[in-house]
Amino acid sequence: MPPGISTLAADAPELSAANTGFMLICSALVMLMTPGLAFFYGGMVRVKSTLNMLMMSFISLGIVTILWVLYGFSMAFGTDIGSVVGWSADYVGLSGIGVNELWDPTTIPVFVFAVFQLMFAIITPALISGALADRVKFTAWALFIALWVTVVYFPVAHWVWGSGGWLFEMGVIDFAGGTAVHINAGAAALGVILVIGKRIGFKKDPMRPHSLPLVMLGAALLWFGWFGFNAGSWLGNDDGVGAVMFVNTQVATGAAVLAWLIYEKIRHGAFTTLGAASGAVAGLVAITPAGGSVSPLGAIAVGAIAGLVCAMAVGLKYRFGYDDSLDVVGVHLVGGVIGSLLVGFFATGGVQSDAKGLFYGGGVDQLTKQAVGVVAVLAYSLVVSGLLALVIHKTMGMRVDEDDEISGIDQVEHAETAYDFSGAGGGASSRKAVPAPAETAVAAAESKKVDA
Amino acid sequence: MKLITAVVKPHRLDEIKEALQAFGVHGLTVTEASGYGRQRGHTEVYRGAEYTVDLVPKIRIEVLVEDEDAEQLVEVIVKAARTGKIGDGKVWSVPVDTAVRVRTGERGPDAL
Repeated sequence: MPPGISTLAADAPELSAANTGFMLICSALVMLMTPGLAFFYGGMVRVKSTLNMLMMSFISLGIVTILWVLYGFSMAFGTDIGSVVGWSADYVGLSGIGVNELWDPTTIPVFVFAVFQLMFAIITPALISGALADRVKFTAWALFIALWVTVVYFPVAHWVWGSGGWLFEMGVIDFAGGTAVHINAGAAALGVILVIGKRIGFKKDPMRPHSLPLVMLGAALLWFGWFGFNAGSWLGNDDGVGAVMFVNTQVATGAAVLAWLIYEKIRHGAFTTLGAASGAVAGLVAITPAGGSVSPLGAIAVGAIAGLVCAMAVGLKYRFGYDDSLDVVGVHLVGGVIGSLLVGFFATGGVQSDAKGLFYGGGVDQLTKQAVGVVAVLAYSLVVSGLLALVIHKTMGMRVDEDDEISGIDQVEHAETAYDFSGAGGGASSRKAVPAPAETAVAAAESKKVDA
Repeated sequence: MKLITAVVKPHRLDEIKEALQAFGVHGLTVTEASGYGRQRGHTEVYRGAEYTVDLVPKIRIEVLVEDEDAEQLVEVIVKAARTGKIGDGKVWSVPVDTAVRVRTGERGPDAL
């Protein structure tokens, strides 16, 4: 997290009503991204596990909020201990923070900074859930979130953004979370799925998205909320940097949508809705670390490269046989790596800092720093997340029973059904094809079982 | 009596209904169905993964008629359902032993 404004030594920063109001709005925007993500993922799974997918994101709003207040903010942004984690007794329970106390060196209260950062801590574990679709016990997932933010997210946020954090002090540029959020979540997803294994029927059964309009709605909410995520990460608007970030967020995302669509039109013959939505997210991910250091033309390059490479990367799971169900690795890990490394090429030296990338005469200095940041977060998150999943898997078990996974996780974990297809009132105009008579009898029997 | 069953393309429903009404048929039953014949299904692509969708949406129309109308009515339905492209569907008729109008208890052709 960058310093907000430069002040003369004699001037103590004063609370800025404009910046404070702006940051509260940004916090609300980032909050909206988590339900947006839930819809994005929820539309991509099959009907029988829609609610579980929504809930895996939504529960993070509960769990992480409480942990953040109790000790998370202190671990991430308290006084540095050994460059790896923070701790400040005043931040425990957010109880020793003055109402007017400003987050040094910005012009916003500590409370505002804490709630803004809370929204980041909420969405990061939610991002992981997309790789775990259809098959993870809800209690195991809830426990995983609590352990994961404690052991992985809070420390990594400190490394990257905390004053004294080792990547922060090294000069790694991560404007809004390319490493701490996206590489972190993507690598964690990979670690967990390597432990828990594939969905039953992966690569054999058709697993097409049950509602692309829901996916599109989710992508739109993410895109909208991401302006708060990105532009808000400058923590104020006393210079033009937040505005540049806002512009670059839009530019890179537009470029990534086009790149993904063009690639799949050439490669697979159609412009798909899912491709457009995925391209948008890939572009948003990639510009997240980079948008404060590149020009708008640079943002086009970042977005286009991310859209293209992520579109290619989502096919890797079929080649290597890991079930990254909704492509958290292919979009967030790959997109985060691309964005973080491209800072080392496209940083102009004229926006958030004077660090120049390779294409602007800065040599490989910044690129090397970026690579260290990428590798450190990726490796730490991959290994520790895998170990956490292993411990839970060997004790309480991460996965639901085979029968329950096949019949649908919604019923066993949530005792609900996402959609009522009973069609009272009849009519021949439903979008959903009703099965042939023999199958109708089976469906009726199933619905009876639910009602019982 | 005969039961005529037609499994046809959903977008032909309106034409078939109009043709049947013009012929003097008073009632019919329509259900959504899915299936395939010689045309098989189609291919969909999601993030590069191709899915073959075997079962395509169809509607199933059922009409009860008197024996002497059956042959002609099959022709009426076939004419209204035809687009000339693959996947137009099938129409067939089978004999029916009994039909009862639930409200009045009328039986046989009177129940139609």
